[in-house]
Amino acid sequence: MPVAKSAMPGSVPDAVIRSASLLALLLIWQLVALRVDDPLLPSPTAVLASLFHHLTAGELLHHLGVTLLRVAASFVIAMVVGVAVGVWMGRSKLANNLFDSLLVLMLNLPALVAAILCFIWIGLNETAAVIAVAINKIPTVITNIREGARALDQQLLQVGEVYRVPRITVLRRIVLPQLYPYIMASARSGLALIWKIVLVIELLGRSDGIGFQLGSFFQFFDLTSILAYTAAFAAVVFVIEALLLRPLDRKLNGWRA
Amino acid sequence: MSRLDVAIRAKRHAGAAADTLGELQFSAESGDFLAIVGPSGAGKTTLLKIIAGLDPAFDGAVSAGRDTRVGFVFQEPRLLPWLNVADNLRLVQPDLPDALIDAGLAKVGLPGAAHQLPLRLSGGMQRRVALLRAFLIKPELLLLDEPFISLDAPTADSLYDVLAALRADVMPTTLLVTHDLREALALADRVLFVSKSPARVILDHRVALPKPRHRDDDAVSQAHHELMSRHPELLGGLAAACPKPEAV
Repeated sequence: MPVAKSAMPGSVPDAVIRSASLLALLLIWQLVALRVDDPLLPSPTAVLASLFHHLTAGELLHHLGVTLLRVAASFVIAMVVGVAVGVWMGRSKLANNLFDSLLVLMLNLPALVAAILCFIWIGLNETAAVIAVAINKIPTVITNIREGARALDQQLLQVGEVYRVPRITVLRRIVLPQLYPYIMASARSGLALIWKIVLVIELLGRSDGIGFQLGSFFQFFDLTSILAYTAAFAAVVFVIEALLLRPLDRKLNGWRA
Repeated sequence: MSRLDVAIRAKRHAGAAADTLGELQFSAESGDFLAIVGPSGAGKTTLLKIIAGLDPAFDGAVSAGRDTRVGFVFQEPRLLPWLNVADNLRLVQPDLPDALIDAGLAKVGLPGAAHQLPLRLSGGMQRRVALLRAFLIKPELLLLDEPFISLDAPTADSLYDVLAALRADVMPTTLLVTHDLREALALADRVLFVSKSPARVILDHRVALPKPRHRDDDAVSQAHHELMSRHPELLGGLAAACPKPEAV
């Protein structure tokens, strides 16, 4: 039978398998929503219609853009500071002893506390919002990168030492390639964490962005709009993952294949 | 190009109970090929690190300074797996033109390998690249830390030839440490035997056999046999250490 061959597990395209669980979730959701028929559980089709409405007639794109900028700024700051301090703490015993207790404290500082302190001390402005988000993410980046820096291959570092390779080249050619898996892991989990925290901070102290909008919809129990915004948001995450993170991963780790 | 004087009084690793190196003095004329033979764990690698300037914490003096161009070939090839062969070579010698890289690779028997990743090459091929890397900086001093260990005899022999061809151009003063007496006799002009740790020189033997030589040449076998029978008490530990190749 011709069907049998294409149904072999090995021949199903990855994209189909990847989207199967999502499609199943949507299907179940639709069926349950139709069954209960309650405005507090809007169906996927109603959410899709609302998403379309907010996209064309509403301000979704504006708020999504504002939130994305905050995410990008916090992400870049958190990664740069986190990688630099992480490498330093991983390579220098002194730096590690100096900052380890501080790191444990920062790791366990609730996001809400960081946000409130930033808004009170810096003011209800953009800088405070971005710093508050970055402060939440930096400690986890440091912890990841420090592990990577501790696991650096001494034998390869010695090659750089014997041949007097300049420090900057050692960093670029010998150290960073060994840290890429740790950096990629931090970037992935970092993006997810930052998304979540940005919304809380927008809800708390900004008058635009997705978090602010969700707060407004919450006042009116407008669940359809809340889910429409969430869907827009999820779509962006998937695009970033597929167009940015996965190709980057392939490029950086190609030599392992 | 550069004479080598080594005068070590003692070397003890931080926290160790005993010295790794004892009183150790020798010199090598410019362009000499010197082999240091001793049992595994005699501190031979420690000695090379001191001479290379990687370990300043010792009592004594060596003539190679920070200005000496030192080529170092390790027990393992130590190529960066994420860089292709050409970029691995450019790590130690930036701005190296493609033509020179291709010529060098042809010389070590790897024509056209410039864009290969190291993991796609066999162990013997990776060692050829590592040898070439050491010679691209035009070393005044070449330090070889058992670079041919754990290779089968034909591969080792072919690498001896590669080493000889590369040395002919640059003629660095060369120091090979090994626990393999055959290898030392096949390659070096002079063999220094060191005791087990704390290492000190126990015999200085000049090798006056025609070159090129290989491991299983009759002359090498004969010299090996003579040395072993003339100095059984000095080289006893060595004989026991010889057959077992070190894990890489």
